[in-house]
Formats: sequence, structure tokens, C-alpha cells
Amino acid sequence: MQDHWLVRPSTIRLLWWVFAIILALTVLADLFVDHHSYFGLDGTFGFGAWFGFISCVGLVVFSKALSVLLKRPDTYYDE
Amino acid sequence: MMSSVGAFPPGLVLIIAGLLLPWLARPLRQALLLVASALCLYLVWQVGDGAQITLHYLDYEIVPLKGDALSRLFATVFAIMALVGGLFALNQLSVLEMSAAFVYAGSAVSAVFAGDLITLFVFWEIMAIGSTLIVWSAGPRAYGAGLRYAAIHFLGGVILMAGIAGEIANTGSIAFTQMSADTVPRMLILIGFLINAGAPPLAAWLPDAYPEASWSGMVFLSAFTTKTAVYVLLRGFAGTEILIYIGLYMVFYGIIYAILENDMRRILAYSIVNQVGFMVTGIGIGSQMALNGAAAHAFVHIIYKALLLMSAGSVLYMTGKRKCTDLGGLFRTMPVTGVCGIIGALSISAFPLTSGFPAKSMISQGAADGHLVIVWYLLAAASAGVFLHAGIKFPWFVFFQKDSGLRPSEPPWNMRLAMIIFSVMCLGLGVAPGVLYNLLPFPVNYVPYTGAHVVFQLQLLLFSGLAFFLMLGWLKRSLTITLDFDWFYRRFGWMLAEEFQMRSGDVWNGMANRAANTVTRFVRQLYRHHGPEGILGRQWPTGNMAFWTTLLLGASLIVYYL
Repeated sequence: MQDHWLVRPSTIRLLWWVFAIILALTVLADLFVDHHSYFGLDGTFGFGAWFGFISCVGLVVFSKALSVLLKRPDTYYDE
Repeated sequence: MMSSVGAFPPGLVLIIAGLLLPWLARPLRQALLLVASALCLYLVWQVGDGAQITLHYLDYEIVPLKGDALSRLFATVFAIMALVGGLFALNQLSVLEMSAAFVYAGSAVSAVFAGDLITLFVFWEIMAIGSTLIVWSAGPRAYGAGLRYAAIHFLGGVILMAGIAGEIANTGSIAFTQMSADTVPRMLILIGFLINAGAPPLAAWLPDAYPEASWSGMVFLSAFTTKTAVYVLLRGFAGTEILIYIGLYMVFYGIIYAILENDMRRILAYSIVNQVGFMVTGIGIGSQMALNGAAAHAFVHIIYKALLLMSAGSVLYMTGKRKCTDLGGLFRTMPVTGVCGIIGALSISAFPLTSGFPAKSMISQGAADGHLVIVWYLLAAASAGVFLHAGIKFPWFVFFQKDSGLRPSEPPWNMRLAMIIFSVMCLGLGVAPGVLYNLLPFPVNYVPYTGAHVVFQLQLLLFSGLAFFLMLGWLKRSLTITLDFDWFYRRFGWMLAEEFQMRSGDVWNGMANRAANTVTRFVRQLYRHHGPEGILGRQWPTGNMAFWTTLLLGASLIVYYL
């Protein structure tokens, strides 16, 4: 049976390309809008892009580290 | 006793309907749910500004119904929630749950119209009872969670009552107005409010209890308790600085725990704490812009969070499964549920053209206007984090991810209709935020859709999405939970009790041994004197007795004659 078109490797490859183009466009759009920065750092080129990316990587890494201490099997309280 | 009545209390309609439900047949019940909540919505808009009903009780003037823009805003969204939530829950067979849900919703509407602290407290407690019953009506598995939920909320209620009593003793007034946390009673009131908002350290009550409710129960639970707390904080403690830090803590707590969570509805429960954190931060900032933002965010949040939970509830209703590890690939057979879930997920992430965007932006703007540099950066990072933990994570793991092999059909028409109505509202309020802005407590002087702002938000969210897909390996779900503060009362308490039992066991044994020794010694003594060998236990010959008796009688005779 042919799998759903959305999950075929060719479609997924295409989606990654489309996603990459959209990402590039949103960063380039910074050239055409007039950012007025409040605090300095937020006026840098592609601020939303790099700040959003770094924040998320930081959050994932932090939560992963926390899980080393606090992770338990989900039957923990059933015992 | 009653001195004036200006309008009928809208919350009362829902409470009466809730209490009538158990006596009606099912079709009538379903009709009553819809009619009562529509009537409630109509009545909310008949409540004018100022005190509408005043009663004299003891020495106090009780104001059960007092209207203004802020009260009407919250009551409006509560009534909409009761209406569309009722539509979604038409298939719910538990009469207890529906009855409790409507009493709960009615109390929430009444609480936001309460003009004094006593009325507020009464409805606050009825909400605690109603919501506990909703959790319990999910069946035996939910009893423990319901009990823990009730314990925390009644603890909060006691603290609140102590605060209110102290406030009345201090000021002599029961009016519920803007105050600051400058006296002990007011601090207690603030703590009581914050417990219901899901503030640290007790926030664990929310992800512990809500996901144990039924597929429809959690939809109702998500809307009222935390948002009534947001309302009372807005009215009572706007501009209290500590709320900024409490709010930011909640924002990141919600994100981090949701990232580690496997249960789809617990992900959304953590995300409630996260979203309420944004509102609490806005209330702490306290400018008109930030307060408008907090109020607007509460309004749109109720709608998109209910939408997300309806989508998750539909999946649970059709598959009976709630863990990400068991789900995946459901987009094939549940496209409507999936699309509605994605619209909710985009809204919670404040994607441009959805309702979260014009609302949440005002809180950030409030931080920028107030020159709160760190707060602004943290809110921006958190906005990216929202997309990560709820915006992509929920739809991805439930509807895409892997093929779980499950092929459930779409839920019944009424559940789909409820989701579609809320999806349309999410998009409508995003495209035309003016409708919402007109309902806000302060005049709005804010344009959300500027080129710079839209580009910034798109960058933030899309690169958050990039981070999600690049780190997918790290985000893969496992059959685990993450320990939280509830560990202290679910495990630590037990451990203390066991330790106590062990130690007190030793003491008990020592005392029991000593007591046994004393008794044994006593018995041994008794045996020595009175036993078969004992001096007092010997057999005495009868002759002996006769001899002594004769001797005594003889002696007494001699004494008599002397």
C-alpha cells in the first residue's frame, strides 16, 4: 500500500526546502522594515531569528539537563 | 434585606441550570445546557456599570452584582466558554460532570461580578467544589488527583479567608478594590489568589489534576479557575512588582516541564501555567498597556486553550490514548481535529493573524514602554519557547510524528462544530483585533500589525520551529514523568510517615518491653509468695487451725475474766 503523500521522503525533502526558503525570506525582510530598537541588541540584523533559535536551543538543553535529575518512570507514583 | 436590583445575575442562570440537570432526561439536558449558557451571555451584556444589586447583611453592604468593562470582559468569555464547551460536551454521559461544570462556570461568572470580598469568597469556594467534582466524575483513577486538587484549593481558600477577615478587621470595609500587598492580611489575600493562578511553588496541582479529568472535563477546567485568579489579581493587585518575577518563573516553568512531558494533555496543562505566567507578568508591570494586554490575553487564551484541549479531548475520546508515545500519524483520519488543533497551536504561539498575536504583544509592549530590559528579553525568549513546547510539539506528536497505526474516525458533529467555532474565533480575533480591543478595560492605543513587529514575530517563531526539528532527537518522548513540587506531598510525606513509623516502632517496642518486664516481675513476686511453694500459699492442716482457734478462744476467756 502506498503511504500517504505527506509522509513520503520526497515530500519531506521538498518541505525542508520550502521551510529553508521561508526562513531566509523572513531574515531578508529585515532589510525592508524599519526596526526601532528599544534596548540596542534587539536592533541587530535578524534579531528575532538568532534570538529565537538560541533561546529554544537553550531551553531544550536546560530541560534535558534537568531531566537527568528529575526524570522518573511514569509508573513512579503508582507503586 | 434586599435593597435594590438593577439586573439579573448572569452567573445564577448557569448555577440553576447545573442544579436542574440531574432531574432531566438527556435531550432536555442537552437543550438546557445550550439555552442557559446563551441566556447567560445575553444577561452579561445587560449588566450596567456600578453596583446592580445590594443587600444588607449584618453590618455589611453586600454587592453580589457590580459591573464594569473588566468584569464584563471576563464574564463574556466565561459565558462563551460555557456555551461552546457545552456544545462540545453534549456526548458526555456523566450527569455529575455536566452539572458540576455548569455550577463551576456560573460561580466563575458570579465571582467576576462580585463587588465585595465576601461574595467573591463564597463563589471562589463553590468553584473549588465544582471543579473537584469534575475531576472526580472521571472515575476511580481520578480520585487521588481530585483529593490532592481539593486539598490545595481548600488550603488556598483558608489563606484567602484569613486574609479577608484580617482586611475587614483592619479597614472595616468589605469592598473589593485595588490594594497593595502592604499588610499581612493583604499578603494572605494575594497568596490565596496566586495559589489558584498556578503560581510557584504549588503550581503542580494543575498538571497533576486537570489531565485526570474526562475528555470534556478538562476543557471546562482549563478556562475558569486560573482565569478568575487572573481577574482578581488584575483588579486587586495591578502593578505589584513581585508579580513580574512570579509570572516569569511560571512562563519558563511551563515551557521546561512541557518539553519533558509525554502525556498530551499534561503538555497542555503545563502550557496553561506558562500562559497565565504571561498574564501575571503583565499585571505586575501594571501600566495600562500591560494590563490591557493581560486582560486581552486571558480572553483569547481561554478560547485557544479550550480549542487545543477539545482537539486533544477528541483524540482521547476516539482512541482512549493520551501518551505521545502511543499516538502519531492521526492526520490521516482526523483532519478536522488536526487542523483545528493546529489553529489553536498557532494562536497560543501568537502567530500573526491569530488571536494570540494582538493580545500577547501588548504585554511585551508594556515591558518595552516601562524600560524593563531583562523582562522584555525574557518574554521574547518565552514567546519562542511557547511555539516550541505547545505550538509545534502538541500537533507534531499527536497528528504527525510516526504512524502509530491508529485509524480513528473524526469525533461526532457537535464536537467538530465546537472546534470549528473556536477556530473561527481564533482567526477572527487575530485578523480583526479591534473587536477585542473595544472590550478592554482601558482605551487601546496600539497597532499590532506593523511591518517590523510582524517580521520580528515570524523570525522568532519560525526559527524556534527550526530548532525544534533540528533537535527532534532530543525531544523524542519516553515513558517518563518529571518530578515536581507535588513530590513533597505524594512521596516525601509518605517517606516521612514510614520513617516515623520505623522510629516510633523502636520507641514503642522499648516501652512495651519495659511494661512487659514490670508485669512479669510482679507476677513472679506474686508467684513466690502465693504460688504452690510460696509461704502464703502453703496448705495448712485442719488441726493447726483448731489449735489456734482454741488458743485464741482460751486467751479471750482469760482476758474476759481479768
